Amino acid sequence: MQMTIEETEKFLASAVEFSETSIKQRAGEFDRNGALPKEIIEGLAQRGILGATIPKEYGGIGLDPLSYGRLTEIIGKACCSSRTLLTVHASLVCETLLKLANSAQKKRYLPKLAHGKMLGCFALSEPENGSDASSINMRYECKENKFILNGKKKWVSFGGLADLFIVIAKEGDTISAFLVEKTIPGINTKPIVGLLGNRATHMAEITFTDVEVPKENVLGKIGTGFTFVANTALFYGRYSIAWAGVAIAQAALEEMSKYAIFREQFGHKIGQYQLIKGLIADAVTQVHAARALCQKAGEYRVSNDDQAIMETNIAKYFTSKVAVQVSSDAVQVFGGNGCWDQYPVERLYRESKILEIIEGTSQIQQILIGDHGMKKYSRQAVYT
Amino acid sequence: MMDEKVARIQIHNFIEEIIDAFHDGELKDSDNIYDKGFVSSLGAMRLLQYIENTFEVQVPDEDIHLKNFNSVDSMVALVQKLKGDASNANDN
Repeated sequence: MQMTIEETEKFLASAVEFSETSIKQRAGEFDRNGALPKEIIEGLAQRGILGATIPKEYGGIGLDPLSYGRLTEIIGKACCSSRTLLTVHASLVCETLLKLANSAQKKRYLPKLAHGKMLGCFALSEPENGSDASSINMRYECKENKFILNGKKKWVSFGGLADLFIVIAKEGDTISAFLVEKTIPGINTKPIVGLLGNRATHMAEITFTDVEVPKENVLGKIGTGFTFVANTALFYGRYSIAWAGVAIAQAALEEMSKYAIFREQFGHKIGQYQLIKGLIADAVTQVHAARALCQKAGEYRVSNDDQAIMETNIAKYFTSKVAVQVSSDAVQVFGGNGCWDQYPVERLYRESKILEIIEGTSQIQQILIGDHGMKKYSRQAVYT
Repeated sequence: MMDEKVARIQIHNFIEEIIDAFHDGELKDSDNIYDKGFVSSLGAMRLLQYIENTFEVQVPDEDIHLKNFNSVDSMVALVQKLKGDASNANDN
């Protein structure tokens, strides 16, 4: 059962209150410290935000995809690293489990994930493999009633904190997915520091050495690790990242608009100059267009329409580009102050670039969207 | 009851819609669409979503396997099975 409209609005209002009062003012601190504090994660859990995508029957909130998009924007506007937790935990892990896990796995993990008693993360990329995800090197082999995992994963957001990993591994040409609990011996996490953005996301490289996973922890069927599990997780993750682009662009727009009204140069507020108005006009237009694409993808998701997949690719491609452009313009409006970490726009600019890379680079999206465009629109062209 | 012929045409037409733009072979219902390059494995998830939405079925986790989505024939069989299961459940 999903939430009523009133319940949804109340829940989102509570998320706004928490993000504005407890997260936003501290986002720079989290970025500098390279960690998301425990009280923020607990706050997200207590308000049901970490269980937003999980149905009530498993202890979650049961938010519909469109409202979940709005929630992503709310949290992402306040702090990109906090939003990353939502993307990884609620989208990549929880939504994928909902779609592909068997009944026993859902009963075992979803209630704990819903209440934040367990944090989830998604381990696909490797030191040698990013976009070419099906060429992973991580191996598994079946031994008696267990699978033995060996290999390395890289760029795992919240890998340093998570209790449950979705791990994609290969045996010969067969790619499968596993639910791996952190308590299993043989798992070693190493923090990745020196990042452009996402600095407080506990990013990690994870080494698996003879990690014994029980047979019942295969996620989906053997052989569906890439075709269904990874693609499903990336679809959900990409939807969240699309909204994350809107979030950063909206935050940058708000900052530059406020600054343009207060900052004075040559005897006038800088917002009175037409060149600044032009930057703000472009930002407003791009933010509105970006949000509209996300809403369209969300509407397709609500109606379970397969067009949601391509519309999500389009939205992610566009909104990440918009986030980079608008946050760059915000830095421009701020001038010297925009290059200083005492103002938020330099962080927004750094964070925005990450969105063009994660959950499928812009170039991968262009390939997918270009192929889609040729299939769809070539048939509509008429030559005489 | 599901009309098998209608389902077959719908699935066939949907695959025709998402076939690689540069693929010019003729799609037969028995063709393995991945092996013959009609659709990349990225399309599997879209086919799952399409089947669930069009035929108003929930594909259970045990049936989410590439072999059930690799040809028009296999998808028709899957839909028939799921529709049969649903109708049997309603009868009981």
